[in-house]
Amino acid sequence: MKLIHEIKHLIHKEFLLEFRQKYAFAGVLLYVFSTVFICYLSFKKILVPANWNALFWIIVLFAAINAIAKSFLQENKGRQLYYYTLHSPVAVIVSKIIYNSILMLALSFLCFFCYGLLIKNNVQDIPFFILNIALGSLGFASVLTMVSAIASKTNNNFSLMAILSFPMLVPMLITLIKTSKYSVDGLDRSLSYPYFGVLLLINVLIIVLSVVLFPYLWRE
Amino acid sequence: MKKNWWKIAAVVLVLYSIIAGFLLKVPVLPILHETIRNLYFHVTMWFSMIILLFVSVWNSVRYLSGFNSKYDIVAKEAVHISIVFGLCGLATGMLWANYTWGEPWPNDPKLNGVAIAMLFYFAYLVLRNSIDEEQKRARIAAIYNIFAFVMFIVFTMILPRMTDSLHPGNGGNPGFGKYEDIDNNMRMVFYPAIIGWTLIGTWIMQLGIRYHKLNTIIHSNKN
Repeated sequence: MKLIHEIKHLIHKEFLLEFRQKYAFAGVLLYVFSTVFICYLSFKKILVPANWNALFWIIVLFAAINAIAKSFLQENKGRQLYYYTLHSPVAVIVSKIIYNSILMLALSFLCFFCYGLLIKNNVQDIPFFILNIALGSLGFASVLTMVSAIASKTNNNFSLMAILSFPMLVPMLITLIKTSKYSVDGLDRSLSYPYFGVLLLINVLIIVLSVVLFPYLWRE
Repeated sequence: MKKNWWKIAAVVLVLYSIIAGFLLKVPVLPILHETIRNLYFHVTMWFSMIILLFVSVWNSVRYLSGFNSKYDIVAKEAVHISIVFGLCGLATGMLWANYTWGEPWPNDPKLNGVAIAMLFYFAYLVLRNSIDEEQKRARIAAIYNIFAFVMFIVFTMILPRMTDSLHPGNGGNPGFGKYEDIDNNMRMVFYPAIIGWTLIGTWIMQLGIRYHKLNTIIHSNKN
């Protein structure tokens, strides 16, 4: 019960921080908009649905890395020490994962909206595509939160963030591209179920690993 | 001598697998023909790699439970030699694929999964080198190693089984042994080869650990 209470407080704190430093979130939004706009200017129209789908996921991937990298990198040593005295490490990592998932969900839906607006959206099964986006954002958020925690402990953290997270994200990305291709083409929904199972399994595994390993990572 | 019997066993087993692998009779199968002998080299590389990666992750867990830097060195050296085995596995696999599947890198989920796994472990080495403080490096590397190993198992064992793969045992393809494509003759070479290569890997790993130990002694004497 105490843990849930702590998590609630920490999530509230994350939102408050985000609200006070609006430039960070605005920066990520601008990044998404400009990427989509650049794609629009360079492609104008994408006729092959497979390309449309792959490009969408690549935009989301880079937006995710940019948005979540800061989640631990922005915290200085003093503040981390402060959390350490106040909360259990499990509460800290879980609250960060939940907060980043919410952030990613908002970001990728926005990305889907603008992308569909500028480059013609020809998804046939929109509810399932949205489900795909939701699962993908949760997965990206949980992987990147833990990787950002690892990278924040090193000297050159931003480049390391990319190196450490790409191998973990690529298989997830491939699975996502495959299932969302099914919804773009409007194929039978039962085709995507096993892949959803795998995505959920990866998500659960990553969250469990993060909760188990984060207490070791945290101690200085 | 008493302590070194396994090194002799390693050399004997690997030599046996090479000689017997090229000389013994193998089943005659379409497409595969004589390339089936590559099983003794290609598949053994992956087996040895996975065994050594397991050793590495086991030592990482032990490091986190006691913070004894001895285990960290074992974990690091095991990853080093696993990467060598992995690269050899890729090389032999590409050679084999070239003759049976027509191209060295067919778009196969297992190949892509393994390429990503190699990226994982290269990233592990980069991560190690980017932290100066020894205790901290050991701790963070151990955490990443556990993370990477679990993901590696998911990506190379579970994901390829869900999609169509050219590899036997994946995506509805029957595994080796279901058709009588591996007969007992081949098993007589295949299993000793796995043990032999794993022992060779352990030997190289041990040399690496000793080198590391001597290095730290020399450095501490200098200061």
